[in-house]
Amino acid sequence: MMAAFILAFSLLTLLMFFVSYCRSLTASSLHTSISEDVRDVTGIKVRAAGRDYARVIQILQLCPDRPEDRSGLQIVGAYYSFLNLLEQGLAKISPAVRAWAEEERAGCAHFAAVALGRRIALNREMLAQQVDL
Amino acid sequence: MCAGVCFVSCSILRASFLKYFFLNFYIILSLFADLLRQFVLRFYGLDSPEYGYAYYYTDCLLTVALFVAVISLASRVFGELNLGRYIRLVAVLLLLGTTAFSYAVVAQSAHRLATMFAFELSQNLYFVGLVLTYLLWGAILKLQESRTRVVQMVLSLGLYFSAYAGSFALANLAPKYVIVQYLGPILGCFLPISWALTIMRHSEDSRLTTARLVAVPR
Repeated sequence: MMAAFILAFSLLTLLMFFVSYCRSLTASSLHTSISEDVRDVTGIKVRAAGRDYARVIQILQLCPDRPEDRSGLQIVGAYYSFLNLLEQGLAKISPAVRAWAEEERAGCAHFAAVALGRRIALNREMLAQQVDL
Repeated sequence: MCAGVCFVSCSILRASFLKYFFLNFYIILSLFADLLRQFVLRFYGLDSPEYGYAYYYTDCLLTVALFVAVISLASRVFGELNLGRYIRLVAVLLLLGTTAFSYAVVAQSAHRLATMFAFELSQNLYFVGLVLTYLLWGAILKLQESRTRVVQMVLSLGLYFSAYAGSFALANLAPKYVIVQYLGPILGCFLPISWALTIMRHSEDSRLTTARLVAVPR
């Protein structure tokens, strides 16, 4: 009984810390605006929406990899999947949860778009170096 | 082990070794503890009392080091309010209180006092560390701490403590599943990896909006 209670409590706190950790990752990219290049490529007009995430990730995979971004993108990817699950399940009952999940998914898309901007910049740099050579 | 080496290397590379000395100290200590356990295991075997002593004493030492690491983060968070000294005082009192309590619990079994005490102290101090981490997270939200590194390090600790407590509970509930036995060692890698990522990804000046971190929007 006690073990079950501890398990339930620790799962709850684990979820809380996981959400906060992922939000701290996405929050760190909020100060950076989405570059013009990314807007052109992805079609994001003003602000990234949750549905843009998949498209941004597809384009990200076409760019040369930046190892610094890899882990962050994986964690945010897991968070995005969790939000999708939430939206398919609990959010159908509560509109407030749906609005919150959509806001979070938009945060994930913004994070990915900022990472894409960095990769495009890296790509340009590499191209410029090759031209110089 | 590789994860620990990675974190310490990242700290040195980013000139943060001394800034986060107690976190590095904990990781270095865990590396030495792993080496010592391996050495004792190889020479004396799994069922030997030597391995039992080595395991429980290094575990106790690691829990004390982790407790100190949590306190070092707390004194960083409360440092701007000039409460760092009081935090350290409370930490010493907590440590002494937990030690006295652990001793009182095991004092009856005089024949196995040494190992029982190490085990009891480790367990109780782990619980105190867990509660302190949750309180620290509450304080971060309340004080609107914005230093990205501190915030992410405390969140990593929270994730680690929660996952560890969950794995212990799961091991009690479902001991027959082999996967449960591997959860502990897997989780052991999490803390150094997430700390290393935080050190590499963010500079000391990096800031974030604390209001964004609350799991449930207000």
